[in-house]
Amino acid sequence: MIFKKPKNTLEGHGTFSVFSRKAYNPKNSDEELSVECLKCKKNSSSSELADSMYVCPFCRYHFLLNVRRRLDFICDKGSFEEFDAEMSSKNIIGFPDYEKKLNNAKIESTEKEAVVCGKCTINGYPAAIFVMNPYFMMGSMGTVVGEKITRLFEYATEKNLPVVGFTVSGGARMQEGILSLMQMAKISGAVKLHSDAGNLYLCILTDPTMGGVTASFAMEADIIIAEPFARIGFAGPRVIEQTTGKKLPEGFQSASFLLKKGFVDDVIDRRRHRRYISYVLKLHTNRT
Amino acid sequence: MTAYERVTQARAKGRASTADFIENIISGFIEMHGDRRFADDSSIISGIGRLGDIPVTVIGVEKGKSVKERGLRNSGSAHPEGYRKALRQMKLAEKFRRPVICFVDTPGAFCGIGAEERGQGQAIAENLMEMMTLKTPIVSIIIGEGGSGGALALAVADEVWMLENSVYSVISPEGCAAILWKDGKRATEAAECLKLTAQDLLKFGVIEKIIPENIKTDKKIFETVKQELIKTFEKNSTVQNLTENRYKRYRKIGEF
Repeated sequence: MIFKKPKNTLEGHGTFSVFSRKAYNPKNSDEELSVECLKCKKNSSSSELADSMYVCPFCRYHFLLNVRRRLDFICDKGSFEEFDAEMSSKNIIGFPDYEKKLNNAKIESTEKEAVVCGKCTINGYPAAIFVMNPYFMMGSMGTVVGEKITRLFEYATEKNLPVVGFTVSGGARMQEGILSLMQMAKISGAVKLHSDAGNLYLCILTDPTMGGVTASFAMEADIIIAEPFARIGFAGPRVIEQTTGKKLPEGFQSASFLLKKGFVDDVIDRRRHRRYISYVLKLHTNRT
Repeated sequence: MTAYERVTQARAKGRASTADFIENIISGFIEMHGDRRFADDSSIISGIGRLGDIPVTVIGVEKGKSVKERGLRNSGSAHPEGYRKALRQMKLAEKFRRPVICFVDTPGAFCGIGAEERGQGQAIAENLMEMMTLKTPIVSIIIGEGGSGGALALAVADEVWMLENSVYSVISPEGCAAILWKDGKRATEAAECLKLTAQDLLKFGVIEKIIPENIKTDKKIFETVKQELIKTFEKNSTVQNLTENRYKRYRKIGEF
């Protein structure tokens, strides 16, 4: 009986080794620092990293990226207009210590929730955009994340806009219990209506994208690309090792693994995202 | 009864399973195997039969009863092929305008190497999306464990019912306790926190109906489920209303 063993741990958050990656948060990078790459262990200066969009100049490792920086890298200057910026989670099911966790997440991330939604132009092409936030409870999906993304898809359907999304998430947020799980269905419904109306959805999977996010809107896009080295999966590696008692193959659940298995269209370096996305948008602009 | 006692009940050996429900409420059931892509996943039983006079498609997760059968059925933890088989059957149901009945009793989608390699997440995601606009009625019944995404992949429906002592949760209480307190043994506490009982879920508006179990025999439960299903499918609803209401059903969940 698998439900008995702690196997579904990745539906929650907090089991990722990625927490150790918090050592460097680009948000607090005003002063010049020497930053060690978590992959190749070589040092770069923080200004050097900022110039390379937080990609290690030696090994191309992609650091976790703050939401606002991501938006700066992707959107045309001054074009981003945020939606539902004030929406914030409540402790609906009375889960112990959830308020405290939310408050800490707000302080740590300086954001109200784990996703930022809005509209923008990218090289002049209009799009609805969502970017998930790794610094807010590891991008976990509760009802506010569900509602904001659903509203974004509904807005895009109404306006016939493409949706560009960046995922990073540990999965559904267990502090909101079953209501978090229901968000997977809710968002999927909105994605389907957007798709049935003939609109484009482009999703970029970043490190890590797991659990209920993988099992819903991350895998529902027309075009799915991944950042190099991103870990993408349904269950987390530790859970799989516990369940199967097997050692995982090298590179299991990495972006290139998913490419090989046929689940992403391409693996694209962060520094090429803006150009890639705007070209895809261009190819999907109706000739009228 | 405490939440964890319900969890224990939901997992109890000898509890009526999908196969029992099919045997007792569907006449002339014929099983359909395989996803037409890779394999047949025995964790999920699917096929067609009659509910009273109504031809129906039935899909359900089966854990298995004997040790051998449990092995064969992977204790009800489906692989991507199981969800793809389910979707294939649903598409046929849509084509031939048959209502769909789903029975859910799973610890969760399987967490294994093969499952990941063949897109466990993608398989579930596709079901969620396609079920939302499937142009035929769907009723899902949680009969034992409703384990997270693996349960939801068969529970995007017009109505979701739960047996009185079944549970439906985003994560197992053991998993939740292991993450929160680094102690899987505090599952009893976690079960309370997660609000996973049928009674809680009815309150949240996540389910429509609780099927009582405080009756002596399973026979009575089967009869209740059968009559309720017939009543539901006899309601006339246009296809457009059906999918619109299904969308609204999920659209309203959440508080901000």
